[in-house]
Parts: sequence; C-alpha cells; structure tokens
Amino acid sequence: MKPIKIFTSRTVVMASTNIDTDQIIPGRFLTTTTKEGLGKQLFSDWRYNASGELNADFILNQPGSQGCRILVAGHNLGCGSSREHAPWALLDYGFLAVISTQIADIFRNNSLKNGLLPIVVDIKTHQWLIANPGAEIEVDLCSSSLKLPTGISVQFPIDSFPRYCLLNGVDELGFLLSKNPAISKFEEQSNIPLHNT
Amino acid sequence: MLKPETMFEKVWAAHQVVPETADTPAIIFIDLHLTHEVTSPQAYSVLRERGLKLRRPDLTIATMDHATPTRTSQVFGGAPITIDSAANQIRQLEKNCAEFGVELLGLQDARRGIVHIIGPELGITQPGKTIVCGDSHTSTHGAFGALAFGIGTTEVGHVMATQCLLQNKAKTLAIEVKGKLNIGVTPKDLILAIIGQLGVSGGTGYVIEYRGEAIRAMTMEQRMTICNMSIEAGARAGMIAPDDTTFTYLRGRPRAPKGANWDAAVKYWRTLPTDSGAIFDKTIEIDATSLVPMITYGTNPGMVVPINGNIPDHSGDPVFDAAMQYMGLTPGQAIKNTLINVVFIGSCTNGRLSDLRAAANVLKGHQVAKGVTLLVVPGSQEVKREAETEGLDQIFIAAGADWRESGCSMCLGMNGDTVAKGQYSVSTSNRNFEGRQGVGARTLLASPETAAASAIRGCVTDPREFF
Ligand code: SF4
Repeated sequence: MKPIKIFTSRTVVMASTNIDTDQIIPGRFLTTTTKEGLGKQLFSDWRYNASGELNADFILNQPGSQGCRILVAGHNLGCGSSREHAPWALLDYGFLAVISTQIADIFRNNSLKNGLLPIVVDIKTHQWLIANPGAEIEVDLCSSSLKLPTGISVQFPIDSFPRYCLLNGVDELGFLLSKNPAISKFEEQSNIPLHNT
Repeated sequence: MLKPETMFEKVWAAHQVVPETADTPAIIFIDLHLTHEVTSPQAYSVLRERGLKLRRPDLTIATMDHATPTRTSQVFGGAPITIDSAANQIRQLEKNCAEFGVELLGLQDARRGIVHIIGPELGITQPGKTIVCGDSHTSTHGAFGALAFGIGTTEVGHVMATQCLLQNKAKTLAIEVKGKLNIGVTPKDLILAIIGQLGVSGGTGYVIEYRGEAIRAMTMEQRMTICNMSIEAGARAGMIAPDDTTFTYLRGRPRAPKGANWDAAVKYWRTLPTDSGAIFDKTIEIDATSLVPMITYGTNPGMVVPINGNIPDHSGDPVFDAAMQYMGLTPGQAIKNTLINVVFIGSCTNGRLSDLRAAANVLKGHQVAKGVTLLVVPGSQEVKREAETEGLDQIFIAAGADWRESGCSMCLGMNGDTVAKGQYSVSTSNRNFEGRQGVGARTLLASPETAAASAIRGCVTDPREFF
C-alpha cells in the first residue's frame, strides 16, 4: 500500500443517500478471484445501458468527471453487503477518497484497509460540496483536514491507528503478527470453552 | 458488587487479547471463522504472497453457497456449472482449503449450505463466541448470544493469519419488543417493522440486543431471522440472550459440547445475559401487539409498509422518487394486489425448515398463479433432506414450484438464478437493492407466508386470508 499524505483533486458528486455496495459493484461480478480490474464494473448498472454501452447521462461518464479522484456521496454511503470488491472497484477506477455525512461500518473499514480514504463531514460542508461539483479539494491526512477552494479548512475524524497506517503505508496485518506472543498467551490462559469439536 | 454489564460487554471483555489504547484499537480473539468461496480467494493470495499459514485451521470452516448452482444436475454431476467464473471460484476454494488445511463442506457434502444456516445446524455457533465471516449477515449467529459480525476480505486474511481482529468497541442499542406478535405476524414482519422505524442507517456504530417478551417467545430459527437483518439497519451485529430455548436447540448437535463439557458450557452460557441495571447507549421500544404483516415497496429494506397499507407519498425526496421510478410503483397506491412475476422462498433470512413449513402450509392444496414462477431453495442440504422427509417438497412441486438444492441463489443472483428486468419478485431474502436479484429486478421483501400467499394469487396478498 502506498502512503497517503496529501493530494488535490476535483470532486464528482453523487448525491443519492444510501448508495449500497450492490450499486458500487453488483453481485454478479464477485466471481473474480483477484482484486484487479474491478474498476471496469464500478457502478456497472448505472454506468452502462442494457447493450453495454456507456450511459451518457451517468455522472461518471460526463467529460467533467474524468480524472476526478474524490467522490462526494449522499448520507450513509456503502451500506449493505460486506464485499471488499466495492473499495477495490473504486480504487481501481481511480478514486482516492469518498466523502459523505455517514459511511457504513464495514465499507469504511474495508476502505481504510486498502488506502481509500473514507471522509465524514458535517452537514454544512456536505451541502457545500454537493452544491459545488467539480470543486478542487485538497485532502491532507497529516492534519486530517480538507481544504475547500473557498479557503475554508474542515477537520475530519479518523482513528489514530488507521491514520498512522495510511500515512506510513503500513499494513495492519504486520502489526497483528507482531502481537503473536500476546495471542499465544491468550490462547493458553483463556478459560472460555473455545472450541468443542 | 461488580458493575452491571451488557451481554455484548461480557463477550467483548472475554475476548480482549490486547485492550484498546489511545493509539491502537483492541485486539479481539475470534473463536469461529466461517468462510466461503466469494470473499476468501484474495485472502488466501495474501497468505501465499507472505508465506503465512492459517494460525487456527481448527477454528475455521469453509462452505460453498453464494455462487454455487442449485440445479441438482449441476451440483451432483451430469451438467456443468454454467458460469465459468463461478466454477473457477469453487475450484479455487477446494484448492485453497486443501493447501491450507481448512475443513471444507464442498459442493457435494451432505452438510453444505448457506454459511449462516450450517453454523447453527452443526452446533458450532454457540453462545459467548466471537464469530466472523466475510459476509455481512454473519449477524445471524448473534441469535445464540454470540458476538457475530461481517468483515471484509482483508480482515478475513487477518483472522486466517492471527485468529484476531483489530476492533473498536461498538456502542450498544437495546430494542425492547413489548407484548406478543399477533397470529399471522412473523419475526420477518417484526424485523422489517424495526428497520422501517430505525431506518437503514439508524443502527450504524451499534451492536443491537433484541429483548422483551416477543423475542423470548421465539424459537431459535425465528431469532435467527431477527438477528440476520440487523445489518439492514446499519448495525454491526444483533444479539439475543441465550436461554433454555438456545440450549435445547444446541444439545446433541454434531459439534456441540458433550457430557461434562456440555454442563460446563451451559453454566458459562448462563452468565452471559445482560445484568439487570446494565446501561445501553440507546434504547428503543417496539409494540409487537400493533404489528401486521409487512412488505417493502422501495429499494432499501427501510422502505416498508403494512401489507394492507398504502405506499407513502414522499414525492420530491430524490431517494423516494428514484425508488418509485425503479420499482414502477405510484406514491399513495395500495401495495396489496400489485401484480408479481416471481416468488423466491429461501436465503439465510428465511430458508430454514420452519420457513419452508410455513410456506408449505399456505401453499398446500393450491396452485401457483398462471405466469408466476415460484422458486423454493432450502438454506442447506440438511434443511432439504428434512423438508423432503416431511413431504414439503411434494407440496411445493404439486403447487407448481421449482424445488432446488441449497444455496444463496436468487437472494443475490450470482449463480444464474435471477429475476428478469422489470419483473416483480416477492422474496423472503433480506435486500431489495436495485439490481440485487438481477439487472432491473424489482424486489418486495416479505415473510414466507406472504410470499406463498402472493404466489397463489399472483399479486401481493395478505397471508392471513389463508389462515
Ligand atoms: S442468502 Fe443472501 S444474504 Fe444470505 S449469505 Fe447468501 S447472499 Fe448473503
């Protein structure tokens, strides 16, 4: 995973609330056994029409959306299925961050673990972002803040551990593996009837 | 006296390997890791790349359910699996399990089924355990008083390599269900009503504990239906306190503790329920006595109405407008009598034996309406065998239904069982998202009783008309 520190990009706005992970990537594409190439199927049912051509009305297909790395979505982004294919598809397509007023638990977790920054903002900032699609935003993970083109800076919440991992490109598995002695001790000492096969 | 604790807090505390610090989340030990073909391949690839083994293959079990075919000829030979990538995924799981020493209940195994149905059947789902799976409906297992939740594939890899997860402690939400459910009103109707009240994001950040008279009166299968859909309100997990109903269900299951171990386990399990005086972060009350059968009309499970009610009119709300357009329904119209094309009875929400019995009870002596397809997919091979022993399959077949091998099937349309564009499906599954059952498919979520009644009439029907 590449470290994330600071980046600037224009936004794409998809204002619908409750965009679920079935929309981000439909179930029929989950028969893959790798993470690569899922960007092609991102938002597939909205992005393509029945004959498989790009649907010109869909926001990602419009000229202004090309090259945008930040997705601004409505409240409760990423609800539903736990499929990690959703952040994989967003990253493979080229997104680096998603912004909403609420991001579903599992999707947020999955995003953090892959270097897709899930950013939760207050309603006022969100309204501004929705009203100004294509705005050039600076995301600074060092200071956990967004800078809007108006000059206003907005802090966003992020737990210190995933933030540390993202800033340094550290993966959490390495950290967990380093706790091996504590895990072994737990296994020896725990008196819960752990497994009864 | 010790501070009163909630059940969630007790299970959490018992599994803390390293407590949370200012800089790091807690490390939580996982007692049972359920895996399946769709969310595991990339995790095995990571293990391979890093030269790692499974830390505890003995606490890991694999099955095949999501992408597997449900036609007998495809499951047991004769016809090839039609979707190449699904066949590949199944072969990949066989290979991975062999290489990493994981017990696999493979395609032709008599114990195979939907991952959330076979855990309880085998007796490996037990009170007080931490249970995870790369699947959001892992919340189902909370019906036993386990802390059970869905994880992503990266975390599947973490559990494989370390048997642990990094976790922040969730908040607790008590849902107190007052009174008893009326006749003809099922746990599915109750959970749909709860989601309707809480909203699809109302549970985000919480672990729900379902409590109260109506919950205590439920069988284990019914409690599983409730906990299953916790995720549909955004909650991490749902839990129900273990009691004699739980112990009676588990006793004698193939992998439940035996003899002295059983006694010790029950003694421990009895300590798990929330202490009186324990404080939840939030409490919600639901009056069970006022509920009627429920059905969804929109594109998320919170868009739900009583079956004899009208679709609300929130015109001008973009989500509502988009849902109406997708569903081809009119604001304000009665949901009853909406014409339907497909009925799906199955899934980890309502694919257990009691669900099939309930549907068969309604269907007995009737025919599926002309032009309607009824697909009945048992949740596991065991459910299938039991249903066949009771002759339920004959009732379904006589009514004109298609009776299949177990799997997720039309719940998410990965195995080729899909609803055609624009068609209406009354489904006993848990998600009515756009495209969930197939591109352009229009899903109405309901109980097995409602699904069966609707199949007979060919339109959305109040099942109480058949009682
Ligand atoms: S039946 Fe549906 S919800 Fe349940 S595990 Fe399978 S796909 Fe998921």
